Amino acid sequence: MSLDPATVRRIARLARIRVEESELGRLQGELNGILGWIEQLNEVDVTGVEPLTGVAQVALKMRPDAVTDGGMADEVLANAPQRAGGFFAVPKVVE
Amino acid sequence: MSYTIEGSTGSWEVVIGLEVHAQVISRAKLFSGAATDFGAAPNTQVSFVDAAFPGMLPVINRECVAQAVRTGLGLAAHINMVSRFDRKNYFYADLPAGYQISQYAHPIVGAGTIEIELADGSTRAIGVTRLHLEQDAGKSLHDQHPSLSYIDLNRAGVALMEIVSEPDLRSPEEAGAYLRKLRTILRYLGTCDGNMEEGSMRADVNVSVRPHGAPFRTRCEVKNVNSVRFVMQAIEAEARRQIEVWEAGGTVEQETRLFDAARGSTRSMRSKEDAHDYRYFPDPDLLPLVLDEAWVAELEAGLPELPDARRRRFIAQYGLPAYDSGVLVAEQATADYYETVAKGRDAKLAANYVMGDLFAALNRTGRGIGDSPVSADALGALLDLLADATINGRIAKEVFEAMVETGEHPAAIVDRQGLRQVTDAGAIDAAVERVLAANADKVGEYRGGREKLFGFFVGQVMKAMAGKGNPGLVNAALRKHLGETGE
Repeated sequence: MSLDPATVRRIARLARIRVEESELGRLQGELNGILGWIEQLNEVDVTGVEPLTGVAQVALKMRPDAVTDGGMADEVLANAPQRAGGFFAVPKVVE
Repeated sequence: MSYTIEGSTGSWEVVIGLEVHAQVISRAKLFSGAATDFGAAPNTQVSFVDAAFPGMLPVINRECVAQAVRTGLGLAAHINMVSRFDRKNYFYADLPAGYQISQYAHPIVGAGTIEIELADGSTRAIGVTRLHLEQDAGKSLHDQHPSLSYIDLNRAGVALMEIVSEPDLRSPEEAGAYLRKLRTILRYLGTCDGNMEEGSMRADVNVSVRPHGAPFRTRCEVKNVNSVRFVMQAIEAEARRQIEVWEAGGTVEQETRLFDAARGSTRSMRSKEDAHDYRYFPDPDLLPLVLDEAWVAELEAGLPELPDARRRRFIAQYGLPAYDSGVLVAEQATADYYETVAKGRDAKLAANYVMGDLFAALNRTGRGIGDSPVSADALGALLDLLADATINGRIAKEVFEAMVETGEHPAAIVDRQGLRQVTDAGAIDAAVERVLAANADKVGEYRGGREKLFGFFVGQVMKAMAGKGNPGLVNAALRKHLGETGE
């Protein structure tokens, strides 16, 4: 599998990372290198093996349905570039 | 008789599938301990997990899982004992993490069924494809400032169930019936309050059209429609738009659209062109969700009687028509109310009073069954007064209206206003004689063959007795007097 420059551009756009045209070639090479390395895993026969989604083989821990958090709007908003009263304020995004 | 839309080239069938987002009833959010109450001050119900502060980890709320399982069981659906959470990636200002934790490849609930009832009395089984758990996003307010949007994250992280139907629906009516039935089931289960106005239940509507019997064509998704009526309107508007496109020789493009209720039409959401490239992958912060057989069995044992079962029981136990039973079970509180009234009494009379007089009174006073001015016990007591002939049917209606006004017990109203039915033969005879004497001309006409006048005499006698005469005794006395002097 190998990525073309258009795909690299698209991935960058979806991740909201600005990539200059001049950087595309280098990024394409690096990403293809990583993909090639991962593709080696395809050589392993995994027939009949359940997918492993984590290395910690314990059950998902659940918590009780109790309100234990919140009530700290100022802390939540502390890093906001801009706020309006209790709201985050962001450049207008509207349909 | 199936629903079609006539175009210029022939008739078209409409194919509809619904994705319903139902907010789970729980105290805390799906992956954090922040509260879920509606209407709190902005950003006061937000934890650092919900606001996606670096390093914060999600821990799943057991009750939200239980609610999803209950809902699955209530939809007669397959419960997947192992499911998994994935990240659905997109950027929006009310999604702080840049991804929504959802279930993509392995949802908690698989295929199920919802039985819908249509106006003509027929029923149809609509397939449910799946139900999965996911986080809600925050809320954006766009109308507070000319160049800024305001973001409130109180809703961010609240648990949602996305319930996806098969493309089995064929008309706006069926889609409306499906939504109402789903809402009824969710309310019975207590897993979602079904309140579309507050946004705790929202629908995405997938619509396509095809000539009869032809294969499926491209569908469009109308996003975030927030009432049953709007869903039905959006389907028709979108279907008509697609028919116009096909008939003009064009092609319907798969896209996301918005329903404009004021204009009654849908429009494209062009800015979402990348929206479907969500790059799902398993959330590395969350292990697979493995359910315990015993726990699922315990949840199943705790389920209430569901609307379909209750409707069938009403038909069998109370001898009610299917339609009446359907109306009575649509809301759990109404069904409970009815059963309290009907217990040990005339079940059909009870149904008539609940669906007739009570519903009219609730409508008029703008109240719900929960804060009805007439309690189920009081209505039952009124039916008892009818059954033991303390009052007659006409007076019962008056007493009922007085109960709505005053909230008083029916026996108190009957006593105070002296509405007790008169069964004393002497009093009835006297009233009959007075009426006949005062209407000698009509008596003559009656005896001359105008038998329809009998009703007039009944009315006059009842009026003379202030409506309190026992109707059977009044009729008998009239026949006797009109007959015996009639030769």
